[in-house]
Amino acid sequence: MNNNLTAKERMAIERVRMPAQEAGARSRNFAEVNLGLAEAEAIREANRCLQCKSRKCVEGCPVNVSIPEFVTALAAGDLATAAAILQKDNALPAVCGRVCPQEVQCEAHCVRGVKGEPVAIGYLERFVADWAMAHHGRLATDEPAPPTTGKRVAVVGCGPAGLTAAGELTRLGHEVIIFEALHDTGGVLRYGIPEFRLPKRIIDSEVARLVRSGVAIECNVIIGKTLTLPQLREEFDAVYIANGAGLPVMLGIPGENLKGVYAANEYLTRVNLMGAGLDPTARTPILRGRQVAVIGGGNTAMDCVRTARRLGAERAMLVYRRSGAEMPARAEEIHHAREEGVEFILLTSPLSISGDKQGWARALRCQRMELGAPDASGRRRPVPVPGDVFDLEVDVVVNALGTRANPLLTATAPELALNRWGNIEATPTGATSQPGVYAGGDIVRGGATVILAMGDGKQGAAAIHTYLQQSN
Amino acid sequence: MFEVIRNETLAPSLHRMVIRAPRIAAARQAGQFVIVRAATDEERIPLTIGDADPQAGTITLFIQAIGASTRRIVAAPAGGTLRDVAGPLGMATEMERWGRVACVGGGVGTAVLYPMAKALAQIGNEVTTIIGGRSAPYIILADELAVFSAAVRITTEDGSCGRQGFVTAELAELVADPARRPEAVFAVGPVPMMRAVAELTRPAGIKTIVSLNPIMIDGTGMCGGCRVEVGGESKFACVDGPEFDGHLVNYATLADRLTMYQEHETCRVGLG
Repeated sequence: MNNNLTAKERMAIERVRMPAQEAGARSRNFAEVNLGLAEAEAIREANRCLQCKSRKCVEGCPVNVSIPEFVTALAAGDLATAAAILQKDNALPAVCGRVCPQEVQCEAHCVRGVKGEPVAIGYLERFVADWAMAHHGRLATDEPAPPTTGKRVAVVGCGPAGLTAAGELTRLGHEVIIFEALHDTGGVLRYGIPEFRLPKRIIDSEVARLVRSGVAIECNVIIGKTLTLPQLREEFDAVYIANGAGLPVMLGIPGENLKGVYAANEYLTRVNLMGAGLDPTARTPILRGRQVAVIGGGNTAMDCVRTARRLGAERAMLVYRRSGAEMPARAEEIHHAREEGVEFILLTSPLSISGDKQGWARALRCQRMELGAPDASGRRRPVPVPGDVFDLEVDVVVNALGTRANPLLTATAPELALNRWGNIEATPTGATSQPGVYAGGDIVRGGATVILAMGDGKQGAAAIHTYLQQSN
Repeated sequence: MFEVIRNETLAPSLHRMVIRAPRIAAARQAGQFVIVRAATDEERIPLTIGDADPQAGTITLFIQAIGASTRRIVAAPAGGTLRDVAGPLGMATEMERWGRVACVGGGVGTAVLYPMAKALAQIGNEVTTIIGGRSAPYIILADELAVFSAAVRITTEDGSCGRQGFVTAELAELVADPARRPEAVFAVGPVPMMRAVAELTRPAGIKTIVSLNPIMIDGTGMCGGCRVEVGGESKFACVDGPEFDGHLVNYATLADRLTMYQEHETCRVGLG
């Protein structure tokens, strides 16, 4: 750290701006939008940190990254130490540095944010993680293998919760196998998050680091079908279930089965996992709509509508039933989408989709809404404006309303207690109704964020470690 | 990687492939399917598991090579490998002792029908099998089905084998004959055929099960692409099916959705 700086001098440094691809160009390509900080910029930004004693930023982080410590090392230009601190606390820092909603987590608690702009902790995390990735050959960050405990743990699902749990458990000396239903790793990181927000090479690199640390991954194994939970319990000392985001919630309106109507997961999977419209050698097709309406207001909706734009849509429209202020998507994604020419059709709820004689979607009938009294979520409830109905011309409609619990695993594990939505009942540390079986991520929470899933994975691993030690 | 043990041609562009997949072989029940990718960059293709040998650790697939991706799957020779085989997926066929059942297969649908018919016979049903195709070379598995069927009836559109016409003509005779009338009908084939079978059994009030083949991506319920309208509700063929009550299926929507990428496919086959 540059100890010569006074607090006043630190306060005088302005928050760094993330360099980004120009909006017009990037709305037609899939390359990453944010370009990352240069080393000098990152060190300067790190020097904005006041190293306050309260460490509020750490409390705001679901995986409790030692933020002041890694920022201090970075400010001193000691990138190897910064990387080691970060990687010790976070199994997927290059992912978190890109997709975490920092503005409502670590940065929301930053003392510098009280009277100005918080330290750009997310950008710094990304910078250090990317530096570590580029220099991993020269780093001693791959820790020496811990003494093996002889205990075996099965992890169900290779998404953020599963990868985090697997990384932690391996570090604690347990033998871990991740079973993944799809043909590739990463779960929602790969099939759900577009290349322009999280490049696949980042996932590949983070997964490779976990594999180097000893995590084994078997793809094409569907727990509940290929193998059952009882089989896993017999073969392993403990099981961590993190099988993710389940089944799409359908619109439940006339016309949802017309051609050209997608659920968000299908739309994103075709492009992200299967390379449709992206990779000229990919065999999986995708409809490139001219006029695309995406229904919803979360990060998934934002990913879909920006993907539609990149697939060539002239009008890429986001249809959301509340106002912009209630939108659950990250502020940065909303901002980027607007810059890229996405049209926000707010206070609008879909009523039906009509099609042509060949069964293709052609028009989305919409109801104009206004905000009424607050509902159970604390947000003002949207209510229809009587008689205000209009049609949007469309050729592709994407439903990004969310997901409900997937029954594949739970249907073959009746001994596992579920809540009324079909999600697995688990304590805050991930313990389920079955001894030795822990769960976390979306299968417990319903649809949530990458970082919350990772927090679950970390807590679940700690609880499993305690359980395994007790069951000696 | 999944090793191909055998690969033989049964009919023009129809292959029988035996693949080493011990876990799937052990878990599989009649009516279930796998998702296959020949290699990286290929589509994920759903294929019914025709048969399985848990001792040998193998499954048997019947594959009609009609598109670019299925052609690449059948191009894997014995001793070669397929990149991904995931399953068994879908619900198993609901097995019940109905008494007399009719199993109706059209074209490559006969391959999907085969494990259902075999399982139904094994639990004591009297199975009458009706299979149809364009012409004699497209009639498949007749000998294999005869092993456990009370009768195998064949129809071809050109009359080159069995009765000239459609499978529905044979089924209509069965339904009309009180001594042979089936208690349940299982039908697998092109959408118009399954629809015709369902329309034939509907007035007679005969329970009819059809196996649907919508476009599918992951096969685990995650993407929702394989939805079909059944009894006015959206169902996912991969987790709720692939078999459904034939009298409740909206065949028009199903047929429409199957053409979603027709243009793409034509274009690709032309290039391939």
